[in-house]
Amino acid sequence: MDISELLTIAEHERTMRRPTCIRCCTALGCQSAGSLSLKQRLEEAVAEVDRTDIEVIGVGCMGMCGHGPLVRVDPDGVLYEHVHAADAPSIVAALDGGDATAPRGDPQHPFFTLQKRIVLENSGIIDPERIESYIAAGGYQALYCVLHDMTPAEVIDVVTRSGLRGRGGAGYPTGLKWATVAKSHGDRKYVVCNADEGDPGAFMDRSIIESDPHKILEGMAIAAYAVGADQGYVYVRAEYPLAIQRLQRAIAQARRLGLLGAQIFDAGFTFRIDIRVGAGAFVCGEETALMASIEGRRGQPRPRPPYPAESGLWGRPTLINNVETFANIPPIIRNGAEWFAAIGAEHSKGTKVFALTGKIRHTGLIEVPMGVTLRQIVEEMGGGVPEGRVKAVQTGGPSGGCIPAALLDTPVDYESLQRVGSIMGSGGMVVMDDATNMVDVAHFYMEFCKDESCGKCIPCRAGTAQMLHMLNLIRSGQATAADLARLEQLCIMVKETSLCGLGQSAPNPVLSTMKYFREEYEAFVRDEGLAG
Amino acid sequence: MAVTRSQPPVSEQASHPSGDNRFKLLEATMKKHQYRPDALIEVLHRAQELFGYLSNDLLLYIANSLHLPPSRVYGVATFYHFFSLAPKGEHSCVVCLGTACYVRGAAAILAAAEQTLGIRAGHTTPDGRLSLETARCLGACGIAPTVVFDGAITGHQTPEQVQVWLERLKEKD
Repeated sequence: MDISELLTIAEHERTMRRPTCIRCCTALGCQSAGSLSLKQRLEEAVAEVDRTDIEVIGVGCMGMCGHGPLVRVDPDGVLYEHVHAADAPSIVAALDGGDATAPRGDPQHPFFTLQKRIVLENSGIIDPERIESYIAAGGYQALYCVLHDMTPAEVIDVVTRSGLRGRGGAGYPTGLKWATVAKSHGDRKYVVCNADEGDPGAFMDRSIIESDPHKILEGMAIAAYAVGADQGYVYVRAEYPLAIQRLQRAIAQARRLGLLGAQIFDAGFTFRIDIRVGAGAFVCGEETALMASIEGRRGQPRPRPPYPAESGLWGRPTLINNVETFANIPPIIRNGAEWFAAIGAEHSKGTKVFALTGKIRHTGLIEVPMGVTLRQIVEEMGGGVPEGRVKAVQTGGPSGGCIPAALLDTPVDYESLQRVGSIMGSGGMVVMDDATNMVDVAHFYMEFCKDESCGKCIPCRAGTAQMLHMLNLIRSGQATAADLARLEQLCIMVKETSLCGLGQSAPNPVLSTMKYFREEYEAFVRDEGLAG
Repeated sequence: MAVTRSQPPVSEQASHPSGDNRFKLLEATMKKHQYRPDALIEVLHRAQELFGYLSNDLLLYIANSLHLPPSRVYGVATFYHFFSLAPKGEHSCVVCLGTACYVRGAAAILAAAEQTLGIRAGHTTPDGRLSLETARCLGACGIAPTVVFDGAITGHQTPEQVQVWLERLKEKD
């Protein structure tokens, strides 16, 4: 495969396109609402009217998952939501005038117009099951350019200057991580894509893989070239069968075209990717635990240093990045570091994909430039809560915190969120209304963390159990004010002494709710005067 | 939820000495990974897919094949939530308890399911007909609350809808 062959595939794909394209979402959310049979009915309806100028393609996530199944008719960009299979003939008939029976969506809604799509640029547009569709969208050209026109050091330099930070949560500078792995010595190096999205309330990684799997592979291959690795693993949750299936297909297609494997683009570069399926342990999202799991052991973390960059999988230098981080790489190479660095906030460049869910009118997947405020996301894009008022926004899952409605003007970037006691996390954003009790929410997360604690270190194993016990006491009205103080102390102790990120962040939901919603804890507290 | 993998080709030769052809399929998976100990989790996935659950005998068989101490195999199998050491019911109902589902009332759905079936989550009905389970997050938060009936995810569920499905299953005999 060389560049002319790649461009020929792209050109052929483009000439095969029909003037009118009916795009039907086939990501998990819409599939579960019946989009596969809908797509079939659409194909049948097109065949019935005998129109060769119309094609029906299955695409990835269009974003507004709560309104699915979604269908968009291009080039006019007409959007239909809540589409049933029975609506198919009328949608095809509507191309010649007339009305479709399915409700029309509004593509001009702030939900869509306030987005800036980099990671999701192909999502909902290309067919994730066909590599040709990705190539026609410019896919694998960045990899070619990197292999032929750039040295590994130049690639790392571009990533560094772009200001990209890890999208898995902690926000470590990606270029710096790559440079460390590149500098490390080992007979072999590995690149690992962390797709173990265990945060309850988050589904960005799943959607990205289901909608645009080749982008991850291309990003990983570029990373492998930059750091000198020849083997990659995608560690993906077993709970995501559709994502696994699409990744498997994508890897097979890329290998067939010589875009993975030996001698990629005849550049003397070899890179293989294998999938490792997780088995349901939240702690495996932590990088040292994830590596243990790839090695076939219990997913238990180990102390760092040594960092994976120096001693990772089987003791060799290993680069671990999140799905979204890798997905940012091909656009950065294509458009340059300056282009990326011009987007977003001062210390948080680029965009962030959020899974917007909970008590909110429009749920789904959005990608916004860093620095937009929570209010814009929740009220403008999400349309606010259906009944009542916004009470809090939870970001970062069990490692994050609850941000009260009064702080909705907080801009979304790594530092600002940290300042208000939460974190960016991987990007789950759960909106809560005033019917939600915050002590219950804290209890919910603590139950999660207690179940998911791997048990290796005592602060986390015993601490989460004890915190849960105290939250139960509070909820049953048996706690005193002194217990509240003790709970707070315990939270700080667990935060400071746990071995890994799970334990260190497990108290966050409790601490943030105690800080902003203390009156709800106090309402449960027994009046000490009546004690005894 | 089963993870679908491509089936290895079944050769025409005589069946496995145990008479159970599933062992042959499992053997093919282990061979593919060259009996490497680090393929343990992959092998356990395949074994559970073939046999439905991981019995003690099966774990011992895998330990022998991969040259691993049984304690290591047992330790890994019990560490991960996805592996089950007890048989599952013919049908399954998995209630998602992710944050989005929780905020939208998953607890009431689970309570209704437990009441209808008379069992707690994580258990199977005495007649072996249905297993009621919970999931931490299925990543389908956009359509919360979600329930998985026999492997099919359905969104925007209510306690009433779940009850109707379970009742219908109880009647079918």
